[in-house]
Amino acid sequence: MPQISQLLEVYGGQFFWLLIVIGIIYFGIARNMVPKISKTVDDRQKRITDDLAAAQGAQDRAEQIETNYRTSINDARADAVGNVNEAKAKAALKNEAAIKRADAAIAKKADEADAELKAAKTAALKEIEAVAAEAAQAIVATVSGAKVSAADAKKAVKAAF
Amino acid sequence: MAEPGKIDPMHQFEVQPIFDGFTLFGQQISFTNSALWMLIVLGLLYVFMMGGMKRELVPGRWQIMVEGVVGFVDNIIATSIGPNGKKYTPWVFTLFMFILFSNLLGMMPFGIIPGIHPFTVTSQFTVTGLLAAISFSIVLIVGFWKHKFHFFSLFIPHGTPVVMIPLIFMVELLSFLVRPFSLALRLFVAMIAGHILIKVFANFVIQAIDAGGASWLVALLSIVFIAFVSALELLVCAIQAYVFALLTSLYINDAENLH
Repeated sequence: MPQISQLLEVYGGQFFWLLIVIGIIYFGIARNMVPKISKTVDDRQKRITDDLAAAQGAQDRAEQIETNYRTSINDARADAVGNVNEAKAKAALKNEAAIKRADAAIAKKADEADAELKAAKTAALKEIEAVAAEAAQAIVATVSGAKVSAADAKKAVKAAF
Repeated sequence: MAEPGKIDPMHQFEVQPIFDGFTLFGQQISFTNSALWMLIVLGLLYVFMMGGMKRELVPGRWQIMVEGVVGFVDNIIATSIGPNGKKYTPWVFTLFMFILFSNLLGMMPFGIIPGIHPFTVTSQFTVTGLLAAISFSIVLIVGFWKHKFHFFSLFIPHGTPVVMIPLIFMVELLSFLVRPFSLALRLFVAMIAGHILIKVFANFVIQAIDAGGASWLVALLSIVFIAFVSALELLVCAIQAYVFALLTSLYINDAENLH
């Protein structure tokens, strides 16, 4: 086995070259390059975590905005319904008042007209009575020649009516 | 050395100098095929890691692979040591990647190109031994640095009867001291076993074809077997790298957190 038969001749050279190679790997690669590579991996991991957190934050914010929007829409809708109802009630009250006023005015006018009508009727009746009394006087005078006083004629006419 | 027409399954593990270097502490430091393949592993690992350094927010396939490996090692540390283990990540990463790339590179069929002899760095006991020794040193240094002599309480499990303490202590100490050897041998043996198996069956193929006649059936069977063993070995490459990194982090956990 050459590893054993050569051992005493070659161990110096083997150790020498191995220590050089191992030293270069240790100080040049393992202590110098590996931390940079590890850092790249860590940075990437951190970046991914940060990005995920940012995305989560953005989503939360979006959800918050949507909730706010929903509530404001609902509020506005409730407000609008309230306003409409209020306006309706107001309008109804106004209408009622106007109708009442109009009713009152109409009733007043009707009463006046009624009174006028009654007055006219009375006046007309009085006139008719007078005319009828005169006519009755004249008729009586013509037919019987008897003179009837105006007062009697009036009485008679009144009784006849 | 291999005789003509015959494959020596151990030849692939031989360290051969490419050019002579210098002498250090009485040892000849030559640039060997082993050193060459270590540098190739280093180069490949560097290229692989550079693909992950684009640091784009949306990663490409290559970047995902690199980030996956880094995350895998981070995960081993996090589950076996916990939050205190971050400072050991570079060493466990170095172990895992060096072993993984060496294992896989040794399994690549570069041998079909004439003149290129693939060499599995982790099939050398010197290499796995040094890696295990460094891991074990980290455990010892951290353990005694953080807990002083309390570290010895690692060898006395909770609820041990007082009478049993000396015996249990010796057993636990022994199993603790065996750790670096088991760590090194596990990887080393797993690597050479598969490579030897493949070479032995490749030898069968050649001998069967040389023999002629109906023995082509043996050759065919051997090729199918080589394919299966190669697939299994690819799995073993990844598992052994993982096991080495995992056990190292578990041992460090003992020293860092002490029960």
